[in-house]
Amino acid sequence: MLIRTQLAGANGKVLGPDAYNQAMTMHGVTMIFFFIVPIGIGAFGNYLIPLMIGARDMAFPRMNALSYWIFLASGLFLYSSVFLGKAPNCGWFCYTPLNTRQFDPGLNVDFYALGLIFNGISSTAGAINLIVTVFKLRAPGMSLNRMPLFAYAILAVSFSLVFALPVLTVDLLFLELQRKAGFHFFDVAHGGDPLLWQHLFWFFGHPEVYIIILPAMGIATSIIPTFAKRKMIAFPLVALAELLVAFIGFGVWAHHMFATGIATAQLIFFAGASMMVVIPSTIQIFAWLFTVNLGKPDFRAPLLFIGGFIALFVIGGLSGIMFAAIPFDQATTDSYFVVAHFHFIIFGAAVFPLLGGMYYWFPKVTGRMYHEGWAKASFWVTFVGTMLTFFPMHIVGLLGMTRRIYTYAPGLGWEAYNLAETIGSFLLTVGLLMVFGNLLWSRFRGVPSGPDPFYGGTLEWATTSPPPHYNFAVIPIVRSPYPNWDREDREDDVRRFERGQLVLESGHETPASTVRDGVLDEVLEMPSESGWPILLAFALSIVFIMLLTTHYVIAGIFIAISALILAAWHLKEPAEE
Amino acid sequence: MSGAAVGVLALAAGQNVLDPHSPPEHRITMLGWIMFVGSTIGLSVVAFLLLLGYFRRRRDSLPFGGGEKHATGLVIGLGIGLPLIILSALFVYSNIFVIQSTAAPNPRTTSMTVKVIGHQFWWELRYPGTTVVTANELHIPTLTRVNIKGTTDDVIHSFWVPELNRKIDLVPGQVGSILFYANRAGEYRGKCAEFCGLQHAHMDVIVFAQPRAQFDAWLRRQKAPAQATGMPGEQVFMNNGCANCHQIRGTAARGLVGPDLTHLASRTTLAAGTMANTRPQLEDWVRDPQHAKPGNKMPQVQMSQQDFTSLIDYLEALK
Repeated sequence: MLIRTQLAGANGKVLGPDAYNQAMTMHGVTMIFFFIVPIGIGAFGNYLIPLMIGARDMAFPRMNALSYWIFLASGLFLYSSVFLGKAPNCGWFCYTPLNTRQFDPGLNVDFYALGLIFNGISSTAGAINLIVTVFKLRAPGMSLNRMPLFAYAILAVSFSLVFALPVLTVDLLFLELQRKAGFHFFDVAHGGDPLLWQHLFWFFGHPEVYIIILPAMGIATSIIPTFAKRKMIAFPLVALAELLVAFIGFGVWAHHMFATGIATAQLIFFAGASMMVVIPSTIQIFAWLFTVNLGKPDFRAPLLFIGGFIALFVIGGLSGIMFAAIPFDQATTDSYFVVAHFHFIIFGAAVFPLLGGMYYWFPKVTGRMYHEGWAKASFWVTFVGTMLTFFPMHIVGLLGMTRRIYTYAPGLGWEAYNLAETIGSFLLTVGLLMVFGNLLWSRFRGVPSGPDPFYGGTLEWATTSPPPHYNFAVIPIVRSPYPNWDREDREDDVRRFERGQLVLESGHETPASTVRDGVLDEVLEMPSESGWPILLAFALSIVFIMLLTTHYVIAGIFIAISALILAAWHLKEPAEE
Repeated sequence: MSGAAVGVLALAAGQNVLDPHSPPEHRITMLGWIMFVGSTIGLSVVAFLLLLGYFRRRRDSLPFGGGEKHATGLVIGLGIGLPLIILSALFVYSNIFVIQSTAAPNPRTTSMTVKVIGHQFWWELRYPGTTVVTANELHIPTLTRVNIKGTTDDVIHSFWVPELNRKIDLVPGQVGSILFYANRAGEYRGKCAEFCGLQHAHMDVIVFAQPRAQFDAWLRRQKAPAQATGMPGEQVFMNNGCANCHQIRGTAARGLVGPDLTHLASRTTLAAGTMANTRPQLEDWVRDPQHAKPGNKMPQVQMSQQDFTSLIDYLEALK
């Protein structure tokens, strides 16, 4: 909002250059690392995956707690920089040599590098947990071909995180070693190469884009069948497409670097790979569209948001294809045309399904219905606000407006478009306030929803709303991709509950199944609650604060303490059982 | 990418990707238009199917007949087949053919070279083979193949004049190269396109494409040493540290940190396009360089009002 107010007219005076650069960097870093990924994967993934696959909990509940506490601590760490006036100011990809001590001597860049390494631990722990949960804790009978598409999306995301994050960590580690210990990884004068930073950053950064959007695709593939009242068309193709998006996403990173002077033959390879990634997306888009058209769609708020998502995703995707045309990319990269493109993807395509998903699963989480009329209204306001905010950016980008400028001169025809964008951003804010206002009001005043208000097909609708902390009283048995529509099976669950089969009530237990076919394997004893994760997160926070303030001895001591806590965490285990 | 919105674009001038004035930029723009039209068609198909789903509710088959098998076939055809064909065509057209005209030019095919050196936050321009050094305003002859060779003195910058060609990133340790060929005389604006620090926003460049004779005359004047020798302001310049950073050819000022000022008064703008080069603006700039462009490297220098006036007189005389 501050950013848009500053750019509403030429020669804005709201923010100075330093404040603007800090604001724009924090906007990027926050939205990517501390909002969309945690909400999409942390909140939706962790909450829904066990419910959808008929498990009682995540595979490693304590690791889950650790992931949460580290996320919180890393957020506090990074945000303390804002209050010190030392927030990162180098843009979210923070190119070298601008990020070296010579050009950015303050703590700003150190907050960025250490904060993201710290945050990465949380994401990695979360991703590993999700992979194991999806592979091992599925309800008996849920073979891979019966697994919900949302679980495929989360699986793809988790693998992407596990492979991409270490590369970012290495990049940031190199940066800190160069800044603090005098190494020369990126320094031409000493045999380094500034492009190394970019290669490593985008090797992480492009998969990150798919990490952002895949949960959204997963949410879309959950909402559409429910409201179209039929199963997804081309189900196996869609599942495959979700995995392929993540896989091909690792082969396209250099398309962020078409203007850097890399040899043409390499550019052509990356452009070709970038075009390939279009195909899994078009498969999904047409599968969604024809599922809606073949079903009997009921356009309630969640499906409206998915409809908006498809439109915005297609606009962002089409402008994305344009960037795979190398000469056009070289002309328009780093202009507002790019800003328009990635906001259509990150806001339109990633956030719209999150909003739709919030409405969709709100009754499941709270046991109450949201207000349908206001929800539909909030969609239209948000959608119009989004178009008005981000569409003119295409035009102003083609008019030559470059990104990351805190002000601009009048006379280049940019003013009217920027003013429209600013008005749009206010409208967008109103829309978002309507969404959250609706959910807040409904939390206390909404009508009780019952366990399954939308007649959804996946297992989360088979239990009560809100679900008990053990999720399912009796472990459900699965015979199709939409088990909640198999009425007989669910009635069977009730009979088995009465007979006491698969109830697992002798303690903290959950069944494990085989990876491919989902055959019941064994019954796992789950660990009890524990204070070790929060203690470990606390010790690690001190490590990072000491690294920031260059107290390496104290940092070393706390690394040792962290190791001891980790050991104690595991040593204590048998004693508790 | 609606037609109406793009229609507005063609009217604007100055820094417009869709208003090309050189053969390479023509091809880029053509490629852009082809993709805009294609995208509009693609978006229309999707929007049509979405609206069809929205308005045509509660039926049991696809709008145009057929059931699930039919729909799966359409997903394969429209989701795999059609994009494969379209993308292959686009790939060959843009990345095999158009790319040749935006690639670095073969030096044997160009008739002159200009060196562009990026600094925080201004452009240094050198004409190899001559002594000419200037800043932020690039003069080229029209209808001439000019090889632009870009490097950087500090961080990564990106040199972009949208109406003449693609952009080139100026990466430490590398030399970037593009072809400039202006079809007709005119002014073409450009900007640093890679975030380079506090004053990334104020790092503009103006390209003046001039007919050959006019360009040659300009180059002759720029080759000459400074004209205003012996003015009182010259001593003020030398005594107040200005000469540590700025060069004025023909005097003792040999600084290489800031822009060459030998012919400062011949330029139309100050501080990389931040302000017009008029006397009041020049006074404002010299009095407090951090006022209009906070974060640039020029310090504020205290001096008497008399010295200040003669300094400005001198700078104004550097034609």
